[in-house]
Amino acid sequence: MFFEALDLNLIWFLLVGMLLTGYAMLDGFDLGVGILHLLTKTDEHRRLMLNSIGPVWDGNEVWLVTGGGALFAAFPDVYATVFSGFYLPFMILLVMLIFRAVAIEFRSKEPMSWWRQAWDASFSISSATSALLFGVALGNIALGIPLDAQGEFSGTFLSLLNPYALLVGLTTMALFAMHASIYVVMKTDGELQAQARGWIKNTIAFFVICYVTTTMATLLYVPQMTEHVRNQPGFFVLALLNMLAIAAIPRDIYYGRDLRAFAFSCLNIALLMALFGLGVFPYMVPSNPHPEWGLTIYNAASSQKTLGIMLIIAILAIPMVTAYTISIYWIFRGKVKLDAKSY
Amino acid sequence: MDPVMLSRVQFALTISFHYIFPVFSIGLGLLLVIMEGLYLKTGREVYHQMTHFWVSIFALIFGIGVASGIVMEFQFGTNWANYSRFVGDVFGSALAAEGLFAFFLESGFLAVLLFGWNKVSKQMHFLSTVLVCLGAHFSAVWIVVANSWQQTPAGFHLVSHNGAMRAEITDFWAMVFNPSSVERLSHVITGAWLAGAFLLLSISAFYLIKQKHLEVAKAGMNIGLSVALIASFLQLVTGHESALVVAKHQPAKLAAMEGHYHPYKTADLYLFGWVDEKAEKTHGLAIPGGLSFLTHNDFQKPLVGLGKFPKTERPPVNITFQMYHLMIAIGMTLIGLSVLGVFLKFKGTLYTCKPVLWLFVFAVMLPQIANQAGWAAAEIGRQPWIVYGLLRTSQGISPVVKADDILASIILFSSVYTLLFILFIYLLNQKIKKGPVFLEHDSTHLDPRLTAQSREGDINVL
Repeated sequence: MFFEALDLNLIWFLLVGMLLTGYAMLDGFDLGVGILHLLTKTDEHRRLMLNSIGPVWDGNEVWLVTGGGALFAAFPDVYATVFSGFYLPFMILLVMLIFRAVAIEFRSKEPMSWWRQAWDASFSISSATSALLFGVALGNIALGIPLDAQGEFSGTFLSLLNPYALLVGLTTMALFAMHASIYVVMKTDGELQAQARGWIKNTIAFFVICYVTTTMATLLYVPQMTEHVRNQPGFFVLALLNMLAIAAIPRDIYYGRDLRAFAFSCLNIALLMALFGLGVFPYMVPSNPHPEWGLTIYNAASSQKTLGIMLIIAILAIPMVTAYTISIYWIFRGKVKLDAKSY
Repeated sequence: MDPVMLSRVQFALTISFHYIFPVFSIGLGLLLVIMEGLYLKTGREVYHQMTHFWVSIFALIFGIGVASGIVMEFQFGTNWANYSRFVGDVFGSALAAEGLFAFFLESGFLAVLLFGWNKVSKQMHFLSTVLVCLGAHFSAVWIVVANSWQQTPAGFHLVSHNGAMRAEITDFWAMVFNPSSVERLSHVITGAWLAGAFLLLSISAFYLIKQKHLEVAKAGMNIGLSVALIASFLQLVTGHESALVVAKHQPAKLAAMEGHYHPYKTADLYLFGWVDEKAEKTHGLAIPGGLSFLTHNDFQKPLVGLGKFPKTERPPVNITFQMYHLMIAIGMTLIGLSVLGVFLKFKGTLYTCKPVLWLFVFAVMLPQIANQAGWAAAEIGRQPWIVYGLLRTSQGISPVVKADDILASIILFSSVYTLLFILFIYLLNQKIKKGPVFLEHDSTHLDPRLTAQSREGDINVL
């Protein structure tokens, strides 16, 4: 192959991370719109909320599907261990994602108020639960999960719902709610935009509290997550940039630079994911209490040949995907208006 | 309960529910390209209305397809962890390619299809329709490639990894073009075209019976019949090609499809029948030596029977036999219906012949049943192997998942899918009742002369 000099395992760790970061940035705001959905009261506002994500939520979810596919292809052992180990929470997540998708599709198809209220509730609850479960999964990976010598999960459903993982879950919800409130300000005007400006203040405060608490809990209880930063102080720049990105959000909102605030919110998510990736590296599934049984980017990967072939596929596909993602967002730029083709 | 059986039930449940929708999206995708292409070419209002109406039905189908499809992608990991470890190196790249090449294309441009009517030019909208249609077909390509590799593995070698065996790619293109990929893919795609064509025929025939939306209904019958006629004959060809591949590479499956037990003897071709698995005998109406003839062009040439395989390496015979024969019987019926429709069309009585129109209304279920039955025959006929000749289904499951958890997920998904299916039928029915409407605000980019002309003009695609 052409790639013999490269560390393909590291490249695929970064690529899978990139796909999941893309997912968190993009589906993050539409999950967040779901979390905030019930705060609006009128039918028109709710339809505007849905229409703000209408043309893009489906494409956003593809990042998860592709991230999952890439994980399966590049690190089959991680894919197998995590999804069979997290069986029940994962089934709940899948049902939530189904309900969320159909709630968006079905909500405005019938005029009855009970119909719309039921789907509004379904949209909101399933979005919030999905965000929580994503965070719980990340929290458990950070802590390390009990694996046996064969690399199989040996914990239980309840052991996954530990306080640290739930805290990360809550932080994820707060993060997505903040991200979404900025998005809604950007995509709407008038009354709904004024209301969304109010959400930004509250969601930022909520997120900062969660962020600080999680950071302290991580330093105290999960010290291995900060090991690389302690050994290589250069990495501390990431944490510093992250704090600056968060601080820039309220400032840009204050000056009415909504798009810039949203860009900083995306940067915040990307940096959080980078810090997470750095914290677990070179593990993908750290094992606790037997670190030697953990799954790393080397012992859980596909063959070099497959990683090389997939890199060619990725190099061909990524420019195309980027091009049409940008063109779709460009076509649907600007404030949302309701018309005959709306939800 | 047995976790292997439960996981198989869970997989069959989720995949057969999901499989209702992508076949419609692939078929309708093609039809949308035809409709919108005709609109661009002729500028006739009827094709414009038709495209709008069918895009909205496509969106409903696509929505449920996506919602149910996300389960597919992850259940290899949740329920079949050892299988995932065994095939990940090979199978995963096809799945990742599907995500990168097909899904992004399809779901991205669906947004333009749905919400872009007034935001992009007519040509750009049509291009989006073409891209959505291509995306739908590409996903079939990669999924069928992955599945075909399980049926006829190629381009790999077995390697020990972390104390277990796994398949690793040695030749990517040999994996992609494994011995059954092309035949199975063309069979699956034409099956999907049939499903789309018969959905179009069903709703169009219904409008003709009810004397509503006549122009759109007539155009729908014409487009639907053209595609149905071509696809149903192609289905015969691709089906035969697929059977030849099965004969060559999966002789136990072919023997089960026809209930052929004798280890070395000519095989009969059953029109219908029943397999007595205990007595190892098949009863029914058969053409003697027919299967031998279809496989080798020779009535006298013997064919490998199930007797050659130990009992532990035989698939469940009767169900494979029945599913296979159901698929063929429906395939023949669809050819008959397409020919009948075209015949009446040329006789000039198609739009008024109520009994035939009613046949078309209900025939929408036939391609769906045939697709499901064909899939079942292919997958059940592969048993007891999850990867043919390499890994047994019983070795593929997730060792850590308990039977109770699988049962819980079966109950969960059956309830969710039942609810979804009821909603799907309800909303589809609402859309059919509402029908295609005249689109005033959209007709702005239409030449008014063409609009007036097309309302009187006669529609003929055949």
